[in-house]
Amino acid sequence: MLAQLRPAIVMIVLFTILTGLAYPLAITAIAQLVLSHKANGSLIERDGAIIGSSLIGQNFTSDRYFHGRPSATSAPDPADATKTVDAPYNAANSGGSNLGPTSQKLVDRVTASIEADFSAGRVPAFEADAVTTSASGLDPHISPENAQAQVPTVARTRKLSEARVRGLVNAATEHRFAGIIGEPRVNVLRLNLALDTLR
Amino acid sequence: MTIIGLAQIAIVLAAVLAAAIPLGGYIARVLSGERTLLSPALAPVERTFYKLSGVDPAREQSWLSYTYSMLAFSIVGFASLYALQRFQSVLPLNPQGFDPVPADLAFNTSMSFITNTNWQNYSGETTMSHLVQMLGLTVHNFVSAATGLAMAFALVRGFSRAQSATVGNFWVDLTRATLYVLLPLAIVVALALVGLGSPQTLTGSLEATTLEGAKQIISIGPVASQEAIKELGTNGGGFFNANSAHPFENPNAFSNLLENWALLVVPFASVFAFGRIVLDFRQGRAIAIAMGIVLVVGVGVAYWAEANGNPLLSAIGVETSPGNMEGKEVRFGVASSALFATATTGTSTGAVNSMHDSFTPIGGLVPLFNMLLGCISPGGVGAGLYGFLVLAVVAVFVAGLMVGRTPEYLGKKIETREMKLAMLAVLIYPLTVLGFSAASVLVKSALDSLGNSGPHGLSEILYAFASTNANNGSAFAGLSGNTPWYNTTLGLAMFLGRFAYVVPVMALAGSFAAKKKSPESAGTFPTHGPLFIGLLLGVIVILYLLQYFPALALGPVVEHLLLQAGKTF
Repeated sequence: MLAQLRPAIVMIVLFTILTGLAYPLAITAIAQLVLSHKANGSLIERDGAIIGSSLIGQNFTSDRYFHGRPSATSAPDPADATKTVDAPYNAANSGGSNLGPTSQKLVDRVTASIEADFSAGRVPAFEADAVTTSASGLDPHISPENAQAQVPTVARTRKLSEARVRGLVNAATEHRFAGIIGEPRVNVLRLNLALDTLR
Repeated sequence: MTIIGLAQIAIVLAAVLAAAIPLGGYIARVLSGERTLLSPALAPVERTFYKLSGVDPAREQSWLSYTYSMLAFSIVGFASLYALQRFQSVLPLNPQGFDPVPADLAFNTSMSFITNTNWQNYSGETTMSHLVQMLGLTVHNFVSAATGLAMAFALVRGFSRAQSATVGNFWVDLTRATLYVLLPLAIVVALALVGLGSPQTLTGSLEATTLEGAKQIISIGPVASQEAIKELGTNGGGFFNANSAHPFENPNAFSNLLENWALLVVPFASVFAFGRIVLDFRQGRAIAIAMGIVLVVGVGVAYWAEANGNPLLSAIGVETSPGNMEGKEVRFGVASSALFATATTGTSTGAVNSMHDSFTPIGGLVPLFNMLLGCISPGGVGAGLYGFLVLAVVAVFVAGLMVGRTPEYLGKKIETREMKLAMLAVLIYPLTVLGFSAASVLVKSALDSLGNSGPHGLSEILYAFASTNANNGSAFAGLSGNTPWYNTTLGLAMFLGRFAYVVPVMALAGSFAAKKKSPESAGTFPTHGPLFIGLLLGVIVILYLLQYFPALALGPVVEHLLLQAGKTF
């Protein structure tokens, strides 16, 4: 078996150079040269400042904006590093709730979110994506039905006509490619950016 | 279930089939040492590898020597990966300044990547430096898959050769599988993923100021290059914690289609390559059909279960038509999530585009069951093929018992020694999965790790050991695996699932290679028709389903019944 040691060590070194260095660096070089916007995270800038990435959802709490889905991401507790605190849309630590289908916590969370809508005077969300957390906690999209349901709240807060806001939602709705591939969806950040340009 | 959802599933499977047959021909040429289209560019690199490592490519090895080489390579790989993680803080390319990875976690991660499992008890964006992701994890994504392919074709040579003392040269198989098969595919898929939106940069993180004025730190890095080989090599270790559900790893429906294709294509192609090498396309086709049946039935059940949604939420008034959306992304929906979950566990990939822990009980039973079968529909790169060939040996033995003739597979007589080796391999799985699961249920610290209680908690434990033992790596991620107990036991399960399985398989390769090839006669049981496919599926059910049924009944099955009754935990 000792005779096998030389090829084993040399091969690990060679494959490390080839697949661990040359391969990712070559892909990085090509990507940065040819597709730099995408290679750098599809960032959106406004007035020279980075607003976010069109691929990564953001946490919206104000009724002036459309809200994304609930997010289960967390962050280290500043008071105690061994614990975590809820931090929706923490793009430095992606993840889902991992609550099982029979989890009481799941049922409680969904009930609470619907009750919170009622007490805040919002139209309560009953769409499946509006009450469930995504797998990544960073889902940039909501369903068109979810967006439409939020139109009255956003229009009222911004003192805009529902028809104008609905028009924006319709324009922001992305459809399935060829009627098959993908799901109908609305990118929340893009929609809210468009909303900010309305006067 | 909708027609559109079924069409989404059919498109992926059709694309896999269309590519797998020609790719199988190519893989057969690569592993037979023939010249290929890429030889002008790669042959000089290949020769350099042999020269520097002192390997004579013309010298073949016995099964024992082949196995020693594989083990030596795995041990050196383990040691180097462990060292990289422990010293990452003093090594370059650590833009976020991560500390050394703790010893138990580094053990688990190293075992995970050398065995092609890619179980992740760490979250990539908060634990591993770019250097570890590239030099450590990406490298093993290539070579652990190439090792699987090498071992599978050593076994295939056992069938294609007669009275041979050798089964090939491990170093040659490893080098050729990486250079000619995995690397070119990875380059194409990685660039396509960047084109679809996946980032590829050496930056560690970005800071954005959101529309509402909050600070958002966005982790980023060389994602696309790792993503490509993660799927192609059926590895599954994500750059980010959320794996292929993260919008940077999997930005849209097209990247999802490509990734789903990539994780299925090499395993299916390997089966067709097997048919070529034994000079009977029908033999490969029969195995591919059997694998395909397990895959398609699984997708159907998972899609049906997920499309029905969660009755507990429907009872509150939540819209049910989109299906069970907890732990799923809007851009994928339930159909593509169900397909991904079934494909990633039918292969030994373990990448996820949705959180399996939040699947309905029956939806989650499908990936769990796939892994209890050892990931053979179509299995990991190489591992699926050798796993299925072992089952084929068992199936012809059962057929032989029924008609009272000496069983033969591909002209090779299956005798006591071969049956002992095959059974030794297949019995490792239930021993590991059920043994460690039973132990975990009795250990308090192991139960403290559970993310869900009730029967779903048992499912989390079973899932973890099924996944690591089958070298899959997907998780019911509510289970906090980063504890000394799970880092150690899951690491051992990965070790046993890979090496305790494959050593008997290599012995089988040597044993078959040494045998004469008996000519086909009127009494030969045909192993390419529907009868054999049915027998193969029957053996799988008898061998595995019955062993696991009691455990499954206490986990997902009882949870399904309680869910229907409206019970929560």
